[in-house]
Amino acid sequence: MKLRVNPAACSGHGACAELLPELITLDEWGYPLLTADGVPDGLTRQARRAVRDCPALALFLSPSIDSEETQKLPRRPA
Amino acid sequence: MNGITSSTALWYTSRATGVVALLLLTAVMVLGILISRQGRLPGLPRFGATSLHRSVSLLAVAFVALHVATAILDPFVTIGIAAAVVPFASHYEGFWLGLGAISLDLMAALIVTSLLRGRIGRRTWRVVHWLAYLTWPVAFAHSIGSATDMQRGGLLYLGVACAVAVAAALAWRVTAARRAVPPGQRPARVLAEATAGRRLERDRRARAGAGAR
Amino acid sequence: MSVDYLAAAPPAPITGLPRLIPADPATDHSLAGHLARLGPVPHRGDPRRLIGVVEAAGLTGRGGAAFPVHRKLAAVAGQARDRRRAVVVANGAEGEPASGKDAALLWGAPHLVLDGLQLAAQATGATEAFLYVHRGEELSRRLLGALRQRSAAGLDRVEVEFVQAPDVFLAGEESALVSWINGGPARPAFKQPAVYERGVAGLPTLVQNVETLAHLGLIARFGADWFRAAGTPAEPGTMLVTVHRADGTRYITETGLGTPLSALLPDELAGPADGRIRGGVQAVLAGGYHGAWLAPRQAAGLALSNASLRPAGAFAGAGVLAALPPGRCGLAETARVGRYLALESAGQCGPCFNGLPHIAGALDELAGPRPRRQALADVQRWAGLVTGRGACHHPDGFARFVRSALTVFRAELNAHASGRCTAADHTPFLPVPAVTAGS
Repeated sequence: MKLRVNPAACSGHGACAELLPELITLDEWGYPLLTADGVPDGLTRQARRAVRDCPALALFLSPSIDSEETQKLPRRPA
Repeated sequence: MNGITSSTALWYTSRATGVVALLLLTAVMVLGILISRQGRLPGLPRFGATSLHRSVSLLAVAFVALHVATAILDPFVTIGIAAAVVPFASHYEGFWLGLGAISLDLMAALIVTSLLRGRIGRRTWRVVHWLAYLTWPVAFAHSIGSATDMQRGGLLYLGVACAVAVAAALAWRVTAARRAVPPGQRPARVLAEATAGRRLERDRRARAGAGAR
Repeated sequence: MSVDYLAAAPPAPITGLPRLIPADPATDHSLAGHLARLGPVPHRGDPRRLIGVVEAAGLTGRGGAAFPVHRKLAAVAGQARDRRRAVVVANGAEGEPASGKDAALLWGAPHLVLDGLQLAAQATGATEAFLYVHRGEELSRRLLGALRQRSAAGLDRVEVEFVQAPDVFLAGEESALVSWINGGPARPAFKQPAVYERGVAGLPTLVQNVETLAHLGLIARFGADWFRAAGTPAEPGTMLVTVHRADGTRYITETGLGTPLSALLPDELAGPADGRIRGGVQAVLAGGYHGAWLAPRQAAGLALSNASLRPAGAFAGAGVLAALPPGRCGLAETARVGRYLALESAGQCGPCFNGLPHIAGALDELAGPRPRRQALADVQRWAGLVTGRGACHHPDGFARFVRSALTVFRAELNAHASGRCTAADHTPFLPVPAVTAGS
């Protein structure tokens, strides 16, 4: 499970970084920098909470196997 | 029918929980408005407002549920379950109660969509959540209209205070929105600020350099 | 766009091609002329068979991303089977000021593009088609005329709607295009769901560059083997290139992928036999404003293909090649382009609309005398902060362009640090439109 953010929806509120400082920090403009690794098991609950509490609904969890590129098209022609 | 002469516990509980529900809903409304414009509550971390909004709204649901349940169970007045959820189905204080039913339905929509936020998608959730701006005034009107003890004395002041709080939050939100920079102009604004910052820095260096020479 | 590239052919033809645009600009561009030059599109049974032919041909997108076309076609066709309706869009909004190939193609061979659009519609089972083009009175008139001719001849099974794209850099970005056609602003969207699933009107949508569709029109006529007769085995076929020569001439040419850059910029890059580069060029920009600067010695050993250019930090992109003449300030050029690109940010994603203007400001400082040492460090840091953090690839391309400038123009950076500039000529070289804030 990977933490991902929708950058167009993110407004730099910063609640996520406070709830999950182990995985999320803020850049100098207040926008989230997410860890590239998956969410460790011990932090799953906090990660779900951060997703739930994002006021812009910009943070979400996705399965780690898909990178952004492969998500754009199916792996094999339909 | 005048509630203050009735002696049933259910009746009083219904009234009391109604007042508390209104207070809680007012708090939810103000918090929600604050969050929508990235506002922060002083002294609280950034996730404080969202957590509080969520907790208080769930508490409000509990009080509203009690308020509705006691009103239905009260044998003194004929408010059936239908009247609670279907607007204008009751004979007793038809109009104001009907407003209560409307606000209950709206609340249910808000709460259910919020609990299922992950599944229904951002856009759907946002559209439904705009109904909050309708829910609170309807709930407020229901309170003032169906509870005559809110129409004078301490409870009236309470009602007015709630209205003032929401109005102030709304006013703040509108002015904040007006001051916000639309996306198309943001890069230009940042560039102007960055350039101004650089100019100040360069002048400062020049003065310091001139002093050193 | 600010530059008129619809100029004559290059002084000497670079390859034996053209296939796409007739070499003689006086060639009849009407439907009759088009059919006389290339013949009609043959009907070979099930239109969906074309997808297999395209796969054999190895056609990749010519809009910059070079994505395999058969996979896009198949994805939309698959969605259309379930959803019964689909949309195809011919994307002629190149957005990039340094590129004029899409306009040149639409001007010189509109019917070839429109053939390709119909073929794509039939292969995917699309029920609606759009032609998306930047504003331009003459070009629009020619295109609308072409559509009318086809309609009169009963050629277009799917009716094509003409849509004018806004004059912004990101207008040709796939999701920005879809947003515009849907009635919203031309701003990129986060890629979930993908455009091939939910695009125009929520329908499965195929967006292809007009050059890609033109190639499709030729492949349908002449086959996969013919297409592969040019280019390399890994990157077959030809592509249109907008060439900016060091002497200031600019033109469009068509060349096979894998053509050495020294063949495309002969005077600039071809050195004497001992391998030393003469003073014909200071740097080469490959891939447009999201591409990368290359040092002349490096560029002389590279070819116009992703296989050759990507390891060097650049890419073939939409085929823009510019040779910066000596005597110009590469940092000033980069700063000017950087400022334009920063202001063309959609203003949606925090890292982009904050980072790009900050970088542009620092570039301005580096292009001037005695910049602070901090400015260089700032640019490097911010370039890292913006990459991969937008809804589209604008910040990534911008960072690539800027970082390559800092490498290639290192000597200039050092000169500026001492208060000198090696440039004698400060007139702008790379084309940059005047931008007004807020669109």
